[in-house]
Amino acid sequence: MQDKTHSSYKQLEQKSKYTNMFLRWFLYFVLVIFALYFIFPLYVMVVTSLKTMEEIRQGTLLTWPSGLNFDSWLVAWGGRGYGAGDTFLKPYFWNSIKMVVPAVFFSTFIGAMAGYVLTKWRFKGDKWVFLFLLFGCFIPYQAILLPMARTLGVLGISNSVIGLVLVHTVYGIPFTTLFFRNFYVSIPSELVKAARIDGAGFFKIFFKILLPVSTPIIVVTIIWQFTQIWNDFLFGSTFSFGEAAPIQVALNNMVLSSTSVKEYNVDMASAIIAGIPTLIVYVLAGKYFIRGLTSGAVKG
Amino acid sequence: MKTLKIEELSKNFGSTEVLRKINLEIDEGNFLVLLGPSGCGKSTLLNIIAGLETINEGNVHIDDYNVSKVEPKDRNIAMVFQSYALYPSMNVRENMIFGLKQAKVSKEKIEEQLEKVSKFLQVDALLERKPSQLSGGQRQRVAIGRALVREPRIFLFDEPLSNLDAKLRVEMRREIKKLHQQLKTTVVYVTHDQTEAMSLGTNIAIMNHGVIQQNDTPENIYNKPSNTFVADFIGSPSMNLIKGNLKESSNKVSFVTRGSNIEIPINGYDFKEKSNLDSREVFFGIRPEHIFFKKSNEEDFEINLRADLSEYIGHEQIMTFNFENQEVLAKFPSTVKIDLSKNTKLFFDLTQISLFDAKTEERI
Repeated sequence: MQDKTHSSYKQLEQKSKYTNMFLRWFLYFVLVIFALYFIFPLYVMVVTSLKTMEEIRQGTLLTWPSGLNFDSWLVAWGGRGYGAGDTFLKPYFWNSIKMVVPAVFFSTFIGAMAGYVLTKWRFKGDKWVFLFLLFGCFIPYQAILLPMARTLGVLGISNSVIGLVLVHTVYGIPFTTLFFRNFYVSIPSELVKAARIDGAGFFKIFFKILLPVSTPIIVVTIIWQFTQIWNDFLFGSTFSFGEAAPIQVALNNMVLSSTSVKEYNVDMASAIIAGIPTLIVYVLAGKYFIRGLTSGAVKG
Repeated sequence: MKTLKIEELSKNFGSTEVLRKINLEIDEGNFLVLLGPSGCGKSTLLNIIAGLETINEGNVHIDDYNVSKVEPKDRNIAMVFQSYALYPSMNVRENMIFGLKQAKVSKEKIEEQLEKVSKFLQVDALLERKPSQLSGGQRQRVAIGRALVREPRIFLFDEPLSNLDAKLRVEMRREIKKLHQQLKTTVVYVTHDQTEAMSLGTNIAIMNHGVIQQNDTPENIYNKPSNTFVADFIGSPSMNLIKGNLKESSNKVSFVTRGSNIEIPINGYDFKEKSNLDSREVFFGIRPEHIFFKKSNEEDFEINLRADLSEYIGHEQIMTFNFENQEVLAKFPSTVKIDLSKNTKLFFDLTQISLFDAKTEERI
């Protein structure tokens, strides 16, 4: 082993340099392939929504549209203006907003409270409460459809936006509680002790001490809950119909109930409109999320 | 009137007994250190004094008033935590006055207190900063400041220095000592660091397994440990405990180890009870720093021991000797040259020894 001379190290150095270069280019190649694979459906959707029906029939999936033609978007949003049978997204979009905003707010808030109680206060049976909450995460949606329908009927809020808010809030609590619990576990309990000595009570400690440092987990929860509730189809289609339906149900009705020709451009535009709010939430909140994580606000 | 009095206090978490029949008293202005290994119940005891933990049995009195069921905020105490526990979303000013605001103290009084304390602790330039913008030492100061503005009857410290690096810890230790000298407020201080305990406390209560082993002045804890646990826990390296028997003949007591002819005379030892000494199984305790390489006084016992191991630590060296197959450690200045595997002449300072019963492990 003594005769590994200077030059042989030089050779090894060269060799590893080439290997590294190859691996790097291979990495980029794979990344580009995956990026194309994921962006392809979006490309088809956007391109198709900008074409006229004439263009769609003549060209292929991939052909570029002749120009920026937003007609199908307007139709998807506001309809064609003739009475019966004209389904368009606008009213259902607002239904969804009216459903998603309170549902996200309440489920996040209740989850934060529950996580706070489960981590910072000891009470008899706290472990059982947590276990049942965990259990709630694993119950399949389909299993609660019938009992929930009955509950909503008894409460007199079936087929209404309020009913959907209730369903989504209740069903979101196990998840949001779990998020907040896991976050609050990492916050030193000494903070709560210090606040108790300073004379702060249960709610004051929550609002003044814990909530101000919870930004990262609040954002995570909002992203999660917003996506879940906005994209939900099962609860929406089961517990509502007609005018009270959320946007995903309306989208389904629109696409399936076309009487004459399949208007692919309108369908695609509708699908994009239905997906935009989630995208906005990701883009806006994602930034705050990263900022919250990196500011190190929790420590100290 | 005792500032703090704890009577027959017991605490258990489920079936685990954390504290057992604790009795403790502190006079006004004293600095009591609760010292013990982790899990000995010292932090639980502090939390009970603060009112953050409930009690299973017994009572806590502050100024002769039974506070066992009183809320933490009404106990007239303030606490400094290991993690500082500064409210992360508030700046230094808000952190320090949070308690006073909760107590609905007038605005003028709050400002006055804040100015006084922040000047005193030299944090007046940091008032607008967030805790995350402070260094470890500054956070520590603010945490102490938050406790000071309340002007409590008792300060509670829960291992306040263990998050700091070694150098800063020594500095902050001095500052806490100065603080206590100036304010003369009663303090209860929890630590597992014996140097901290020795240098800060006017009294030290050593705890193990939820029981107070000895509650005494630092001098007595060091010189007259009440049992082998205390003897072993205090001092670095800890006290040598040599197993053997006592021999009493014609009113002269001496110590012999089994199967050896070395006989160490026990003169002038302050026995708790001078009876039944003959052939009693005991531990002969002598601290490494009380073994010398040259005669220190007339009472010294001269002995030849083989040196087995030498640990050099800069200003001194710790030597391990063989005493009838038991290890005996001694501490010498590092300038002394001692050959390994050879017999060395040593001198035991017999005025500094401790004797413990081998069965009960209590001092005799």
